[in-house]
Amino acid sequence: MGKYRFLEDVAIADSAFEAEAESLEDLFRTCAIATFEVMADTSTIEPKSKEDVELAGDNLEELLFDWLAELIYLKDSKSMLFGKFEIRIEEEDGYKLTASIWGEPVDQKKHKVRVDVKAVTYHLLEVKQVEGKWIAKVVLDT
Amino acid sequence: MQMNKIQEGIWEIPITEKEGMRVPARILGSEKLIEIMDKGVIEQITNVACLPGIQKQALCMPDGHWGYGFPIGGVAAFSTKDGVISPGGIGFDINCGVRLIRTGLTLDEVKPKMNALMDALFKMVPAGVGSSGSVKLNANTFKEVMTKGVDWCIENGYGWQEDRDRIEESGHMKGANPAKVSQKAISRGIDQLGTLGSGNHYLEIQVGLTDQIYDPDIAKVYGITIPNQVFIMVHCGSRGFGHQIATDYLQTFLSSMNKHGLKILDRELACAPFNSQEGQDYFGAMVCAANSAFANRQVITHRIREAFSEVFKRDPKEMEMHIIYDVAHNIAKLEKHDIDGEQKEVIVHRKGATRSFPPNNQDVPEIYREAGQPVIVGGSMETGSYLLSGTQKAQDTTFGSTCHGAGRVMSRTEAKRRVRGSDLRQKMTDRGMVVRAVSMSGLAEEAGLAYKDIDEVVNAVDSIGISKKVIQLRPLGSIKG
Repeated sequence: MGKYRFLEDVAIADSAFEAEAESLEDLFRTCAIATFEVMADTSTIEPKSKEDVELAGDNLEELLFDWLAELIYLKDSKSMLFGKFEIRIEEEDGYKLTASIWGEPVDQKKHKVRVDVKAVTYHLLEVKQVEGKWIAKVVLDT
Repeated sequence: MQMNKIQEGIWEIPITEKEGMRVPARILGSEKLIEIMDKGVIEQITNVACLPGIQKQALCMPDGHWGYGFPIGGVAAFSTKDGVISPGGIGFDINCGVRLIRTGLTLDEVKPKMNALMDALFKMVPAGVGSSGSVKLNANTFKEVMTKGVDWCIENGYGWQEDRDRIEESGHMKGANPAKVSQKAISRGIDQLGTLGSGNHYLEIQVGLTDQIYDPDIAKVYGITIPNQVFIMVHCGSRGFGHQIATDYLQTFLSSMNKHGLKILDRELACAPFNSQEGQDYFGAMVCAANSAFANRQVITHRIREAFSEVFKRDPKEMEMHIIYDVAHNIAKLEKHDIDGEQKEVIVHRKGATRSFPPNNQDVPEIYREAGQPVIVGGSMETGSYLLSGTQKAQDTTFGSTCHGAGRVMSRTEAKRRVRGSDLRQKMTDRGMVVRAVSMSGLAEEAGLAYKDIDEVVNAVDSIGISKKVIQLRPLGSIKG
């Protein structure tokens, strides 16, 4: 299971985090959880309904940007929060991501909502592999 | 980098300081504000000075801080012939702005009803993550909101005829092109009209204490006529709709930059020639978001009038709940400015900066023309806000722009580590303020210590002369998402 930590000194007005995981899929899952953790207490989100996501990107940074942007879009358009993610990433002509994501409609009290995420940014956006571990840095506009 | 003080309150970084700078960069502020200005601002404003078609100088206002691409507080004007448009110079929250509504009520009348008022407002103006508004739109009516802005609201019963005359651009910018808005943006925004959002957005009941009026004549023109008058301030933007448009076009621009032969120093500065297909498409979509933000603040205004009416059992018109003004502080505008002695059309980007047009300017509503444009500067909930007026000095030196708020000095994560939301609410309650917040951690992130001293910022713009202090407003109650 991947882990993440929020960074204090990166984005004055917003939320930044660094995630670390053993696999690329787990890295993307961890980044998704960190993004929803900015908005709510993810431990309270029950996997009541499912959405499917399919994305392609030329490189991993672009794929991560698109992945998180898609989650933010689904959050608003479905008025839902998501807490469970099953992801497959394949390398062919760039990268292809297929995912099933589970969540439920936003309940401000139950989910102990925090600050809304407006957008993913390209600021310091990074996906890299260091000594076998996958590491990502993400800054969210909140 | 070398910064030369060129006059009181204005520092200039010459073009020799960074390769590629086309114009000098200028940072405005008092000695103290310049000293604490984060270094990211200098890096970013000099990056902006490298963008094609930039005119005169790249500017940063005294409340400036690090942003994405442009700093917050950034102002830059680009030639419409050979300049660019950049979402990074506008911000993800297109037409984030502030509206100020006056009342004919005094502190003494409102104080005993504060709890009831705040409960009514908290119920009627949805805030926070996942909130949706009560105005039901379909794809067609949403497109009307995009093109007509506040006019759509007035036609549909969410406002008074006079309201449009008291809003920047009359609440309706020209050039909207809904065909250039993605389906994603539409489905993100369609349920959010009339919602506050979260983060630094707020709805406040405020009081203008008699001893905090700096310019009684202008105050009178703006409708500030009774001692300890009560006001309502709303700070919010275009919600998910605008955020999606910004995200969409950031990606479009990044992939079209090669084609246009554009090189930038930061991906968040992605841009397109204003006159290109991509540039025009973004402008048309951005105007849709700007109009929907004006409409958002308009629907909220309508709900505020309803809430006051419910609590006081009086008609909002009888309570004189007139809009004073509504300013956009994240936007790009087509304006004419004096450049090398010639009036030229430019696309002025203001990101965390407010228009500050002088007396007798045709774009200032007729009722305020003798006084200049009202400039609303929203502060943190602990420190209060200001109403200023626009000046000729702003027109001459900053493309008619001034500050927009206090400006952050601390990250959200750090603010939360230092302050607990529940403690902050208690502290404000002890001071006699009424606070309603969807999120306690969200409240902590907005603590006063996370911001610059707003008095210092406002005194700086006043003494530089890019806007003039009219009145200071103290919060009585604050709603946070």
